[in-house]
Amino acid sequence: MAEWESVKPENKALSWFEERLPVLSLMNNVMGPGTPTPRNLNYAWNFGSLAGLMLVIQIISGIVLAMHYAANTGIAFDSVERIMRDVNYGWLIRYMHANGASFFFIAVYIHIFRGLYYGSYKAPREVLWMLGLVIFLLMMATAFMGYVLPWGQMSFWGATVITNLFSAVPVVGDSIVTLLWGGFSVDNPTLNRFFSLHYLLPFVITGVVILHLWAKKVSDSGNPLGIEVKSSADQIPFHPYYTIKDAFGAGVFFLLFAAFVFYMPNTLGHPDNYIPADPLVTPDSIVPEWYFLPFYAILRSITFDIGIPGTDIIFIDAKLLGVIAMFSAIIVLFFLPWLDTSKVRSTKFRPMYFWFFWILVADMALLTVVGGKKPEGIWPLLGLIGTFYYFAHFLVVLPLLGKIEKTLPLPESISNSVLKPAE
Amino acid sequence: MKMIKNITVALTVGVAVSISAMAAGAGKHPLQVEWSFDGPFGKFDRASAQRGWQVYKQVCAACHSLKYFRFRNLAEIGYDEDMIKAFAAEYEVAGDVDDFGDPTTRNALPQDVFPSPFANDNAARASNGGALPPDLSLMVKARHDGANYVYSLLTGYEDSAPAGFDLTDGKYYNEYFKGAQISMAPPLFAGSIDYEDGTEASADQMAKDVVMFLTYVSEPSLEKRHQMGIKVLLFLLMLTILLYMSMKKIWKPVKEGKNFYED
Repeated sequence: MAEWESVKPENKALSWFEERLPVLSLMNNVMGPGTPTPRNLNYAWNFGSLAGLMLVIQIISGIVLAMHYAANTGIAFDSVERIMRDVNYGWLIRYMHANGASFFFIAVYIHIFRGLYYGSYKAPREVLWMLGLVIFLLMMATAFMGYVLPWGQMSFWGATVITNLFSAVPVVGDSIVTLLWGGFSVDNPTLNRFFSLHYLLPFVITGVVILHLWAKKVSDSGNPLGIEVKSSADQIPFHPYYTIKDAFGAGVFFLLFAAFVFYMPNTLGHPDNYIPADPLVTPDSIVPEWYFLPFYAILRSITFDIGIPGTDIIFIDAKLLGVIAMFSAIIVLFFLPWLDTSKVRSTKFRPMYFWFFWILVADMALLTVVGGKKPEGIWPLLGLIGTFYYFAHFLVVLPLLGKIEKTLPLPESISNSVLKPAE
Repeated sequence: MKMIKNITVALTVGVAVSISAMAAGAGKHPLQVEWSFDGPFGKFDRASAQRGWQVYKQVCAACHSLKYFRFRNLAEIGYDEDMIKAFAAEYEVAGDVDDFGDPTTRNALPQDVFPSPFANDNAARASNGGALPPDLSLMVKARHDGANYVYSLLTGYEDSAPAGFDLTDGKYYNEYFKGAQISMAPPLFAGSIDYEDGTEASADQMAKDVVMFLTYVSEPSLEKRHQMGIKVLLFLLMLTILLYMSMKKIWKPVKEGKNFYED
């Protein structure tokens, strides 16, 4: 673990406070000059702080929206329109919140794929990785419930489809669904509890983010070479070097974010959600937000039962199997530190894994497309192939690859590799 | 850097495909019209929006409500207060109960929403052969490529369905509508209204004008959003350039190989 470096302020009052509650020392050891960090982090390392910034934006804009929103099926849609039309800058706050969810997921997906590319999940960072996955799961729950709140057509039908999934659970499935609904269909009690949980979960996420940062403090940041820090020459202080680099990255990211908020605010949403919820009219196709599409594709790709062929005996029916597949797609990531048997972290030195990494990215892109299409024609087959490959990557390719791949020689140290030879 | 490039490409492709995946809808692809509100500097054409308001009021309002639109909103398409009061006063809305507890009516005021043509959905269905004319407040945002869709739908009626098409009695053939059968009769005919500003009221002109008006009603903040967006983007651009230059300067010793923890 990195050493703890206390701060001793010269100002008497500050010093008095610091002795009693070492807030400055805490800051110093998370992102201050007292946080030695590998000197070779590239821009792929910007997305953690970006995700953190998006969480802050979502919480602040969300708190303001909650001041004007009414969680009641009779007026929820109207209250959102009131925010858009009559609340001062309500349109800005709502578009920031709606697009902010997408940009939060963009940051987090890049952060996760960065982890996959540079082997950030390997020892000693397994718990750090798993806490990240917990944040990801909480984000998915929060985003799903948030999408229900405007009570448009896609809100209502998305909620109906997703909550119904739990009915596939044997024995207690129907009870779980009744509990989620607070009744016998998606209705006012559902909207109320979703609003309550949508407000709660971001603070739970914040808590897990603190644990995530703590685990990062203990194991230190990884780096693009994937080798251990050997000497102090390999490190630079987090502040000012990575604070300014993160700030520059945030500038670029916010430019893109602002382009969506101001010029394409509805591009990432679905037009059907501007139609008030109507339990009697089913939309043409019920599609989740883009960030759920790969997992939605995995869910729908399973259309067969598992049983004894030639008999009527079914062990697991297609619906349950699809739900298991969808949840397994994320649960399998928790086992990644042990499924990947390679000792080498960074893909830079793994010539075979390099290709499998990009095939996995392509596979996720394919599943994203499939998730947005109606399940007809070629799409279900492509979805099944994509799903099969997704699991094969983690359960077959990674364990074997570590054994057969010839990795390239690792550099001696970070400083040797990134600095010009001393004159 | 190469990694970032790869990620950017993968992300762009991912977002692009998911958008096109979502864009899959029924009905013929709408005609593409150049609108004054398109693009980052886009604005509403005030004259067209005012003509569109006239079209809505004299044609559409016979069947379609506009429940998120208040008379006072007309100020944003260029009407002054007195004209708005006069427009509102042409309509009667429910007032408070009187001293005896009986319902009253009064003339509408600028803060009132545009009154619905029907008392409720059932009344609307009964007058329209069972079909419910949808509220138009959000129509342009509630359809894929909404402005072009509404324009195409309004101008896309055909006199007769192609041979072999089984057109239900009382429906009209319109390829832009999902299923190509629509309950709404062709609403716009050349010369069916007299424009106050003297513009020739062709069906095409009326369709464009009413789309201008309905786009305003769907997204009243569009102009404010576009104007603020330029400022925000310029600010962020300057800030990002400054941050980039600061970063280059601050990182110089790191790039030169300085060891910060030399004992």
